[in-house]
Amino acid sequence: MKRNIPLLITFIAGFIIIISEFIPHYPFGSVKSGLEGWFLIISSFAIILGNLNLIKVNILKIKFKSQNWKYSYVTLISFTIMLLAGVFWGTQTKSGILGSGSGIIAQIGDKPFDYLYNNVYQHLSATMFSLLSFYIASAAYRAFIGRTVEAKLLVFSAIIVMLGNTSLGFLITSGLPHSLDFLQLPNISEYIMKYPNTAGQRAIMIGAGLGIIGSSLRIILGIERSYLGGE
Amino acid sequence: MALQNLDRRIIYILIFLAVSIPLIKPIGLKMHISENVKKVYSLVQETPENSRVLFSFDYDPASMPELHPMAISAFRQALLKKQKIVCTAMWPMGVQMYEDVVKKMKVEFPNIKYGVDYINLGYKAGGIVTMQAMESDINKVFPTDFSGKALSDFPIMNNVSSLKNFKYVLSFSAGAPGIKEWVMIAHDQAKIKVAGGVTAVSAPSILPYVNDQHQLVGLLGGMAAAAQFESLNHFKGTATKGMDAQSLAHLVIIIFILMGNLNYILLKKKKERGNK
Repeated sequence: MKRNIPLLITFIAGFIIIISEFIPHYPFGSVKSGLEGWFLIISSFAIILGNLNLIKVNILKIKFKSQNWKYSYVTLISFTIMLLAGVFWGTQTKSGILGSGSGIIAQIGDKPFDYLYNNVYQHLSATMFSLLSFYIASAAYRAFIGRTVEAKLLVFSAIIVMLGNTSLGFLITSGLPHSLDFLQLPNISEYIMKYPNTAGQRAIMIGAGLGIIGSSLRIILGIERSYLGGE
Repeated sequence: MALQNLDRRIIYILIFLAVSIPLIKPIGLKMHISENVKKVYSLVQETPENSRVLFSFDYDPASMPELHPMAISAFRQALLKKQKIVCTAMWPMGVQMYEDVVKKMKVEFPNIKYGVDYINLGYKAGGIVTMQAMESDINKVFPTDFSGKALSDFPIMNNVSSLKNFKYVLSFSAGAPGIKEWVMIAHDQAKIKVAGGVTAVSAPSILPYVNDQHQLVGLLGGMAAAAQFESLNHFKGTATKGMDAQSLAHLVIIIFILMGNLNYILLKKKKERGNK
């Protein structure tokens, strides 16, 4: 019963959604609309569930002194500070349980949540992403080697696309006459992106699409049950 | 020093210099404007005054350097064309991105009015299902704006009940849910025009949607496209300033790729000579 009821719910919900795509009329259309509403409500609760899980995982890490457990303190303290700042004084146009924090705004120029977001989170987040450029440069030097014909083609096209996406690419070939416009690096780069890249990407997309259809059918028909846990 | 033993700190220092020097002292290199950028520009430019348009902020601070300049330029262009901008976010941090764009716009356009010229519907969880529900009935998904006031109180939302009431959707997208989902719902189901901007790393996977069916009217891919879009809008924003840095950083990376390959060839030849 514990497994059969979820399987039955999945089958009915999946079946209705598929049918409603072909017959968008009563009763399928309205049932589909109701299911969409349920999905939105469940999604909102999933955010709360995610937060609770984050707290649980980090508390357990500290409790059992797992690897890098000290960082869990940073996560939990940051989480609590942001949560309390939002709950007490609200965010942006919304007030919290202690009001809008006009006294604090006069001191620091923003609500505590927005202040932390603008001055801490935003910069930390951008920094993490920016660090990629250093790793990419290092990785490119060590790993982007033309060992085979295919790898040589990849390196060659990567260099053209990289140059074509910068002002330097335009600068290098800007002296070419109009009749040779197609040889301009940005144009060659655009050609590579538009044709060989699109052809490859479409093949991947079609493959992935067929895979999604197959997996979805397996879930709806109850063949794939790993999402229920166990087994 | 042998190439194969090159200290990675040297690579890091050179990248740091290649990025920071042009940011401090811009070079002002010229740009080539790509077809895809021109298409996005034309879409906004050719949409009539007072048209309702939808901007979706589907990114967070990690992608700000690439996507934020696009959002600012597009918002500015739509305001200059007197279009009515309805904003939403499929990413939780997208709301803050919207706030920052509007803060900047209010400096240049002090007379724009909330609820008349633009509005913020806020973030809603659910991704593609949220978009699908917006296609049927926006008021059901967003009964109020971000501050909690009923949408019917705002003139900008008059006669707007579904995605079909918008002339186009612009999604600034750092992943899923984002531009791909907007194509599936706004273009493929609601039959309205969709365009937007993505990070350079995800542009190759989104480009196939710019096709003869016009699933995407055009696409801004990465900072280069953001700078080109700023240039078309006669606006010097952070992307234009960042392009010199990106150009030099790319050049440094290319030099390292060539050095890595040269190193490989030299080692291979040495090995071959050793075997003889």
